[in-house]
Amino acid sequence: MESLRNTPLLSRHQQMKALLAPFGGWNMPIQYEGIIAEHKWCREKASLFDICHMGEFLFQGDIEASGLEDVFTFSVKSIPVGRSRYGFLLNENGGIIDDLIVFRLAEDAVMIVVNAATIDNDFSVIQSRLKPGGVFSNTSADTGKLDIQGPLSRDVLVQAFGPEIGKIPYFKFIRMNILGVEAIVSRTGYTGELGYEIFLPAQKVVELWDLLLGDERVKPAGLGARDVLRLEVGYSLYGSDIDEVTTPLEAGLGAFVNFDKQFVGREALLKQQQTGLTKAKAAFQVSSRRAPRHHYEICSEGAAVGTVTSGVFSPMLGCGVGIGFVKPAVATVGAPLTIRHDNVSMEATVVELPFYKGGSLRS
Amino acid sequence: MTETYFTKEHEWVKIKDGVASIGISEHAAHELGDITFVELPQVGKTVKQFEVLAGIESVKAASDIYAPLSGKVTKVNEALNDTPEIVNEAAEDAGWIAWLEPSDISEVKNLLSKAEYDEYLKGLE
Repeated sequence: MESLRNTPLLSRHQQMKALLAPFGGWNMPIQYEGIIAEHKWCREKASLFDICHMGEFLFQGDIEASGLEDVFTFSVKSIPVGRSRYGFLLNENGGIIDDLIVFRLAEDAVMIVVNAATIDNDFSVIQSRLKPGGVFSNTSADTGKLDIQGPLSRDVLVQAFGPEIGKIPYFKFIRMNILGVEAIVSRTGYTGELGYEIFLPAQKVVELWDLLLGDERVKPAGLGARDVLRLEVGYSLYGSDIDEVTTPLEAGLGAFVNFDKQFVGREALLKQQQTGLTKAKAAFQVSSRRAPRHHYEICSEGAAVGTVTSGVFSPMLGCGVGIGFVKPAVATVGAPLTIRHDNVSMEATVVELPFYKGGSLRS
Repeated sequence: MTETYFTKEHEWVKIKDGVASIGISEHAAHELGDITFVELPQVGKTVKQFEVLAGIESVKAASDIYAPLSGKVTKVNEALNDTPEIVNEAAEDAGWIAWLEPSDISEVKNLLSKAEYDEYLKGLE
């Protein structure tokens, strides 16, 4: 087994007595003061997340000639410079190799941001689909990434780096000088709150971390809080909710698939549209504070109909919430489900996503 | 005088005037992290020593709570229904889970004293 990798912020996490645990091959902070306190802070103030484990690729060259247009489920060439787009890298069967975001840096340049555990495989898959001519590189090791998320995140960044940041709309980004280096500040995130992802050279991450935590409105948050935050707004976690044997259609993410263009996996998805789904994503709310958990069984009218892929106690709703994959017939809003595991049983109801609708995301 | 005993599964039991109050240790509460749900036993339920008595969940994990002694449940801490975080704040006091009427007090021989439990925890580090 490969040894765990550390981000440039390891010593900072240790100083703050963070609980560290492996995630996607990385030794990552799970919590500092506590998952629920960190979750609440992010919903009310601004939280800082070390996301240096995620991967970044750069492509430089003629986008039309490169074949990049056919690599993902969405069109790359139609992304305006300064905007980003979310979607998928699929296998031939339509299974999700990764979910990712492409940032259009220039007419002839994009940055691709991928999950940590999938970096190496994504890179080789994308490379194998590109035609010769452009320059495709894995810049993950040199790129640092900090997320600042929460309703006060804009005020914090404007105060630190000037008013330009305050004007960035959702899913747009700017390139600007931060701490003497070029950084990308993107209005994106994984919490359902107003927030930003900041990409900058890895050697500047500690300095930026210290600077932002110097603002009393900002506290660090770990991956534990991040998981609660993302699940409350229904975002998928790669490796849990989506994987190589799950298609975007099954995962209810067809909105991020553009059938008007070519992409690997398109034929399989078209076929799946015709023949119908054998499993479908269902989001459900539990009638108590009990949390459904990964791998718990989902039952309907006494029969097993699926499996929980993510579940948690939602501090905002005051009850358990989860998502899982079930027989499509029971994935109907209002349908009653029973979630089971060993001697634990909980009643649940299928609901629409997001579970938590009060986020500051678009404010 | 109150005597406190512990189990290797991190429950505590305090015996006073023939009543056994039961909870999870501060160590266990700390390890679980933010506690979000406690499944209290039914009053009147009888359990054998080391059988499942109750359930507890945190953001991170779900666990069973085992009965440190055999007996009958006489009272449960209903405050935990709405505010299970009391267990994080005072696991060995206000965060008690249930009261038990022990059926065989000699079973304490199967439990750890405070000093033995502290020694046991050191071995887990």
